[in-house]
Amino acid sequence: MATAHSRSAARLMISPAVLLLLGWMLIPLSMTLYFSFLRYNLLMPGAHDFIGFMNYRFFLTDPAFFSALINTLLLVGGVLVITVFGGVLLAILLDQPMWGQGIVRVLVIAPFFVMPTVSALVWKNMFMNPVNGLFANIFRALGMQPFDFLGQAPLASIILIVSWGWLPFATLILLTALQSLDRDQLEAAEMDGAGPLSRFFHIMLPHLARAITVVVLIQTIFLLSVFAEILVTTNGGPGYATTNITYLVYAQSLLQFDVGGGSAGGIVAVILANIVAIFLMRMIGKNLDV
Amino acid sequence: MAHTPTKGRKLLFTLIAWTIGFLIFFPILWTILTSFKTEAEAIASPPSFVFFDWTLDNYVEVQERSAYFRHFWNSVVISVGSTVLGLLVAIPAAWSMAFVPSKQTKNVLMWMLSTKMLPPVGVLIPIYLIFRDAGLLDTLTGLVIVVMLINLPIIIWMLFTYFREIPGEILEAARMDGAGLRSEILYVLTPMAVPGIASTLLLNIILAWNEAFWTLNLTAAKSAPLTAFIASYSSPEGLFYAKLSAASTMAIAPILILGWFSQKQLVRGLTFGAVK
Amino acid sequence: MRRSIWAAGAVSVLAFTAAAHAETITIATVNNGDMIRMQKLAEDFTKNHPDIQLEWVTLEENVLRQRVTTDIATKGGQYDVMTIGNYEVPIWAKQDWLVALDDMPDGYDTDDILPSIRSALTYEDKLYAAPFYGESAMVMYRTDLAEKAGVEIPDQPTWTDIKKAAEAMTDKSNEVYGICLRGKPGWGENMAFLTAMANSYGAAWFDKDWKAQLDSDEWKAAVNDYLDMMNEDGPPGASSNGFNENLSLFQQGKCGIWIDATVAASFVTDPDESTVADKVAFAQFPNKEGVDNHGNWLWSWNLAIPTSTDSEDAAKQFIAWATSKDYTKLVADKEGWRAAPPGTRTSLYENEEYQKAAPFAEMTLNSMQAATPDKPSVQDVPYTGGQFVAIPEFQGIGTAVGQMFSAALAGQMSADQAIQNAQQLTNREMTKAGYPK
Repeated sequence: MATAHSRSAARLMISPAVLLLLGWMLIPLSMTLYFSFLRYNLLMPGAHDFIGFMNYRFFLTDPAFFSALINTLLLVGGVLVITVFGGVLLAILLDQPMWGQGIVRVLVIAPFFVMPTVSALVWKNMFMNPVNGLFANIFRALGMQPFDFLGQAPLASIILIVSWGWLPFATLILLTALQSLDRDQLEAAEMDGAGPLSRFFHIMLPHLARAITVVVLIQTIFLLSVFAEILVTTNGGPGYATTNITYLVYAQSLLQFDVGGGSAGGIVAVILANIVAIFLMRMIGKNLDV
Repeated sequence: MAHTPTKGRKLLFTLIAWTIGFLIFFPILWTILTSFKTEAEAIASPPSFVFFDWTLDNYVEVQERSAYFRHFWNSVVISVGSTVLGLLVAIPAAWSMAFVPSKQTKNVLMWMLSTKMLPPVGVLIPIYLIFRDAGLLDTLTGLVIVVMLINLPIIIWMLFTYFREIPGEILEAARMDGAGLRSEILYVLTPMAVPGIASTLLLNIILAWNEAFWTLNLTAAKSAPLTAFIASYSSPEGLFYAKLSAASTMAIAPILILGWFSQKQLVRGLTFGAVK
Repeated sequence: MRRSIWAAGAVSVLAFTAAAHAETITIATVNNGDMIRMQKLAEDFTKNHPDIQLEWVTLEENVLRQRVTTDIATKGGQYDVMTIGNYEVPIWAKQDWLVALDDMPDGYDTDDILPSIRSALTYEDKLYAAPFYGESAMVMYRTDLAEKAGVEIPDQPTWTDIKKAAEAMTDKSNEVYGICLRGKPGWGENMAFLTAMANSYGAAWFDKDWKAQLDSDEWKAAVNDYLDMMNEDGPPGASSNGFNENLSLFQQGKCGIWIDATVAASFVTDPDESTVADKVAFAQFPNKEGVDNHGNWLWSWNLAIPTSTDSEDAAKQFIAWATSKDYTKLVADKEGWRAAPPGTRTSLYENEEYQKAAPFAEMTLNSMQAATPDKPSVQDVPYTGGQFVAIPEFQGIGTAVGQMFSAALAGQMSADQAIQNAQQLTNREMTKAGYPK
């Protein structure tokens, strides 16, 4: 089917997209790479001296760097675990016969439409605030001391906020996948005396494997660069407790206006993202015949 | 028999599902309710759910302070513009990857996705400089381009997974009838792909609507969308929960309503090839 | 018939040229109450300047600072008027980023600007920004709670006085916290307060060779007292409370003492916004016994024009309006004298009506006049400033150090650990920036 003619036509058709993305990636990236070798602070214009790898040395030996690496992994991992587990459970629940399924689905899908800044502002102020937040009110009504979420469990709180936004996405994909499951297969298994757990592990879960892979892939892409939620709620603190790589790069380039240092951080982040990308590609390759 | 559910079981599932659905939706509901309270009521302890004096003052004040409709219109232009432009670039690309796959297809696709993993802050200053020199700062054109570029990989991938499900035989048949490449795409493929394109369109409008880094950093007054509008309510002096809630409601309501009305179309294509 | 078409055409041509002449200036400002009021009152300006249109970009302080700095440093030219602090003004003026405001229109009366503010905004004898409002820091406390607890706060309290009073006022079961202080990380948030507090303990950021002094005994004493007070008598979640959060807590009657910017006084005494408006009294920023330093807090929000603007004249006219005596009068007419933007003009403090309406006027003026930014610490230091160090690197360093102290306040780190980290990272950043210069 793929003749030489159609192949060259295909190449022609894909080229605008490839060229655009290549330009979008290479032009700023090469500028960033160049800046990363300069002493370049926005607040001190004038000559930008070439300083070799000094920016990299400072970025990699920054005490915040290691914490940021760990926090990034915890954040991505935490949200993935919550949304995938929660998503599978919710999808199974929504797949059951019930009244008003459409309305429940509308309710569950809603957080996905809320912009991250808004959701972070709402959670921080109206729910997690230890004096005026709703949680504090509930705690007090139960006779307990209010809990300072963003002070005492900052990363967990951010994971919660981000998970709330992504749970609907996971649920929807998993639900669609579940609905495509062959009912006869399930019934047959039930006839054979397979219990609900065994049906879940032997039939549903294998069927959902592809969908779970997709959820993990797409969410990872977005979760690696979680930023607004952190900026609005904790500013990366207290200490470095909620500083992820993206936020660290932000702090370098836009709080200190150290473009050189920020660029070095950006390049490091790109390298790390690529490692994750390779890892993901392997996983996808196994589970998804793209 | 177990699989024809009894009324009791159905009732139980209904109860659980409604409870969970309500809990997930609650933060949004609470924001909407709070937006109709006075500032004092918004922080009252214990809080009141519905039995308070409903007021529209917060909305009036927010509208007085910021030109909501201009921000709203900018959001519409940016999200719709970037999505449509993205589709124009993505449809041919996804078509060619789906129907004329080569050894490189998978790598190209993965590479495209990996461009989305770059932290935007790392390249803000270069982009800012480029935008300044091109005169694109604070213009809708500039934002449409940038938002299109950051979502392009997702658009291509969604379309690709959708196109791949279209059986090749149909194309063969069309070719036998002497259809050229153009008419192949226009009359055979596109109609079949409409549901996929529709849901790609919807998802990307949502993503673009909520994009908060570039839209905030590359705009000033003229082209600032709702993400910038909400940023001016983030931490003002004094009591602000009710005003914040009103501004939040105004920022999310349009996309929430669009999402709810079109959720069937959205969900249909949201599978990213996860369902065979 | 034909004539009327011609007439209509002429009118529309005229309208078109008028529109073409209308100049649009973009004003970037902070979402603080005073600026939001300015935006509301701007009709008074456009009414008299029909050829100038105003576009507003109102943002939260940190976001605003990041945006205007990026723009001015890259000469992006997106803004014609910027709201900036007295920290930025001399640094930016030195880079030739700002238009000098030495030819303000007649009647502007530059000499009326408070001397301390005026000198903070002057670089090489030229004024580079016009102050919109100014502030020092002082103690605000609840007279009813003090009375109930049987404590008295003198006009010039020491930290021991404050600590005692805070302890006595605290009543956690009724959600009354003896003391509210900033804990949110940021050079303009918790570090503004902590730097001022450290100054009043006799501490300094750097010695004469630009070596960090955060691990000195004075800093340790200040930080430990701060943490003790906040842990025992502060509100929950203090590590994310900045100026605005504390203002809101105080207005709700949840704080006994609040030590912060003097500008807060007009908000906490505003009966429409504050539940404790008639129960507030004021005192000078505390010091440690035997240290002749009351923090040296001096801040002003100012309007300035970037050199990258192409509407310099229109921008200047706007600034002249917004920082004039007439604007103060306009606010007074609309919302009463208490609401007038404080801390910029001598004439305001000489105005009897203002003195009557604003019980905090005298304390504000005294605090501002007592601040000596030229000599921030009792020690000999190589820098100027007050609640900040006036070097470009301070934003980054202050914010990073602020994170440490915020973590200590949240209980995630011990005080010693926080001080040690702060000391190390400050030295690190200073080395990176090439100090001593």
